[in-house]
Amino acid sequence: MRSVPIGRFAPLVILVVLAVLPYSTLQVPVLFDGLLNSPGTLQLLALCLLFGGLALSYDLLFGFTGLLSFGHALYFAGGTYVANLALTELGWGLGAALLLTTAVGTVLPLLVGSVALRVSGIAFSMVTLATAQVGSILVLQDPGGYTGGEEGLALDRGQVPDAFVGVFNTVNLYWLALVYLTVVYVVVSWVTRSRAGRVWQAIRENERRVEVLGLRPYTFKLLVFVLAGLLAALGGVVHLLVLGGSTPRTTTSEFTLSLLVMVVLGGAGSRWGAVLGGVLYTYLDSRLTDLASSPAVQDLPEWLRVPLSEPLFLLGSLFVVVVFFVPGGIAGLVDRLRSRRRRGEDDGPAPGRVVEQLKDRVGAGMSGPRDGI
Amino acid sequence: MSTIVLLTVTGLGLAALYFLVASGLSLIFGLMGVLNFAHGAFLTVGAYGTWWAAGHLPGAGSTGWSFVLAVVFGVAVGTAVAALVELALIRPLYERHIEQVLVTVGLSLAMVALVRAIWGADARPFPRPEWAQRTTSLLGANVPNDRFLLIGTAVVVLVAVLVLLRSTRIGLVIRAGVENRTMVTALGIDVRKAFTLVFAVGGAFAALAGSLGGVYLGSISPGQGTSLLIFAFIVVVIGGMSSITGTAVAAVLVGLVQQYANYYAASGVGDLSVVLLLAVVLLTRPSGLSAKVA
Amino acid sequence: MSTTEPTAAQRPVVLQLTDVHVRLSGSHILQGVDLTVRRGGVTALLGRNGAGKTTTVKSVLGLVPAAGTIELTDAAGRVHRLTGRRTHEVVRLGVGYAPEDREVFGGLTVAENLALAERRGSAHHPDRVYELFPELQQRSRQLAGTLSGGQQQMVAIGRLLLNDNQVLLVDEPTKGLAPLLVTEVAEVLARAAEEVTVLLVEQNLSVVRRMAIDAAVVDNGRVVWTGSASELLADADRTRELLGVATSAPLDESRSHSSSGAEGRTREDLPARRSRSAPAPEVGG
Repeated sequence: MRSVPIGRFAPLVILVVLAVLPYSTLQVPVLFDGLLNSPGTLQLLALCLLFGGLALSYDLLFGFTGLLSFGHALYFAGGTYVANLALTELGWGLGAALLLTTAVGTVLPLLVGSVALRVSGIAFSMVTLATAQVGSILVLQDPGGYTGGEEGLALDRGQVPDAFVGVFNTVNLYWLALVYLTVVYVVVSWVTRSRAGRVWQAIRENERRVEVLGLRPYTFKLLVFVLAGLLAALGGVVHLLVLGGSTPRTTTSEFTLSLLVMVVLGGAGSRWGAVLGGVLYTYLDSRLTDLASSPAVQDLPEWLRVPLSEPLFLLGSLFVVVVFFVPGGIAGLVDRLRSRRRRGEDDGPAPGRVVEQLKDRVGAGMSGPRDGI
Repeated sequence: MSTIVLLTVTGLGLAALYFLVASGLSLIFGLMGVLNFAHGAFLTVGAYGTWWAAGHLPGAGSTGWSFVLAVVFGVAVGTAVAALVELALIRPLYERHIEQVLVTVGLSLAMVALVRAIWGADARPFPRPEWAQRTTSLLGANVPNDRFLLIGTAVVVLVAVLVLLRSTRIGLVIRAGVENRTMVTALGIDVRKAFTLVFAVGGAFAALAGSLGGVYLGSISPGQGTSLLIFAFIVVVIGGMSSITGTAVAAVLVGLVQQYANYYAASGVGDLSVVLLLAVVLLTRPSGLSAKVA
Repeated sequence: MSTTEPTAAQRPVVLQLTDVHVRLSGSHILQGVDLTVRRGGVTALLGRNGAGKTTTVKSVLGLVPAAGTIELTDAAGRVHRLTGRRTHEVVRLGVGYAPEDREVFGGLTVAENLALAERRGSAHHPDRVYELFPELQQRSRQLAGTLSGGQQQMVAIGRLLLNDNQVLLVDEPTKGLAPLLVTEVAEVLARAAEEVTVLLVEQNLSVVRRMAIDAAVVDNGRVVWTGSASELLADADRTRELLGVATSAPLDESRSHSSSGAEGRTREDLPARRSRSAPAPEVGG
């Protein structure tokens, strides 16, 4: 990055472009159905930005620290349900709901993390998966009728500022999502460059070396686990406002898996890669769903129509292809192209190649295979 | 008393399902270091294979031997899919564990979505042999026969796996490979053959669990495998990650705890207590209940 | 096993490493290893801790990704390129391996450990193993994990002797063993070396002195000295210089070499030395 001065300002330029985008009345024929600033398009874009930020919060765990959590959905869903309950059931204002969500979004990952991080490798992944499953079960059981079970929980808009209510205010939700993404990006940029960030990276590469330096990896891992959980919980609030309700889909393990897919697609360990992965995945998911119900697909012969009618089939397959042929995701690809142009300048590990460095971490921990040689 | 008997037998039936899924997972993880997220999809494929065969395959149906034939077909499809997945997608990523796990994640999403695309998202009534729908009186309780079918199958599978592991050459390779894969190759053994085998065998058991789970639940849906998979993962971890006997014990423990808690506390509490059980086991015995393979 | 015999430069090459490089997680561990192992007897691979001895052995087996050329010449004179082959294929060509920490399968019985090592397409000699280690026969049904270090080493070496091999790669077989066991293991290896070539990584110089014909010294990922083992060990200064250790026992033939050899650590010095002790390794292609 250092050798490309433009790269430094790129996020800022993109931010400005995204901020003024709703003023444009452009029609982008194939990519979007309506005008760029039509509510439908803006809502899709808002979701894209939101998931860009959420994917980045997951990348903080997976890409930057090497923690393969299968329970990130818990904190996101926790954010949307807690804020929803505070607004709808308790009748609190948005500010108070946000405070409560922040508190829960800190305490919940702190509790889970303090237990889960006592084990490593696959065991850690399993504990996070299992605790997230608790959240999913709780929501589906609908205790006391508070969560709405499978139906989800609609948001009582009475407590939400008018600026976030109504079709015409979709643009404000878009900006809200943009603010969320920006906050996550800035926080992640800052912490990954801080001393803690360097320790996280060291943990990813070799946890034992961190111990040798006299640092407790546990503390640092808990720190990143809580931070990522908090960022996800805040994303949950944005999701609640954009969708106007909470859905149990956000509690499932598939939801966390889709975050993993986003991050790997974009490039684990790369900030912009993770964001791009989140944006792209959300966009494709939505557009492919539209495509599936479009007459163009409905009229296709069955062998083509059937697979095309399931976005998840296409996304899952795309993901497998990326893992196979584009190691490091989009960020890794870009990095390779760039370094081919000016070979030998930087010898450091490419941003997207984190997955390869993580090789044996998943096999480590527990009584898994002990390969001594 | 009759409630306890019914709960226990049902819990054991559930344990049998968990064991069928978890045994394959634990063999695959133990030998290859791969956490196979596609395992739930193998289950779904087996269930739909059996369901399809009962309706379309000549000679197969929902009663007696024709049902057995349908199950055999479903299991064969599940086995073939699992072996194919290993050969085409897992093997090329040899020893790159994270990427292998990622591929199984992608597959689990794609395969379930494909089943949904073909047969729809809604649950389908599953063919149930008449015998399985009847009940047998046991110690004063009327126990549905499908429980015995599940338990009996799981016991047969457990014994078969133990025999395979303990008294065949490939079993020896698998046991050694779980301990130290690299040293097995350094003895001149192509350990990848064992990889394909455990994947195929694991896929067969998962498919069998899919068929029997269909009988037990009376219906099948594309997402069934994934929800069962999470509990199977928990069983694998509690059982010590790579031990067949440990997995069997853990399956019984999880199945019983879940049944009892769901009945005596409230619906859903059983599922939660299983997670609690996992946390307790991991924190007190971080390596799970057992560390031996067979 | 006569250490006084001069290095038999005419003995055919069995294993040839040419410009082998190994990079592992960013560090350049082997930086162009050239090593020739000649048929018959023991070639000792020496060097300080972390010099690259174990990595050299692993590169032959394909256990670490290696660049360069590694070739095995079998008894019939056929040359097999080992680089790029999978580990089990290398082993099936007749490369036996006993790793540093023995790596016996603790959860398997002694008999199972040995049964596992029986290679298809090779003659098996369980009798030879049990004859060399009668103790293993008594303990054949015992779990290998419950054996002592010395007994585990017997299993590890037994695995090598079960099959017919072209060359055995034995990594620090005496490490951590009691002195009595060191002698026993050394004796067994010496007997094995009468039938098959052994490349021996060893820190215990008295073991090296007892059995090695040739020696190669690795330092910083390169072979910095090759020649006759007795010549190396006879020169206390050079031994200390190359290996960073003082020879523990008084040397039996303590002819002190002139200081010209003592500086023989640099690579520049190597070609001359090599040309003296080992003529160019051109063996049919």
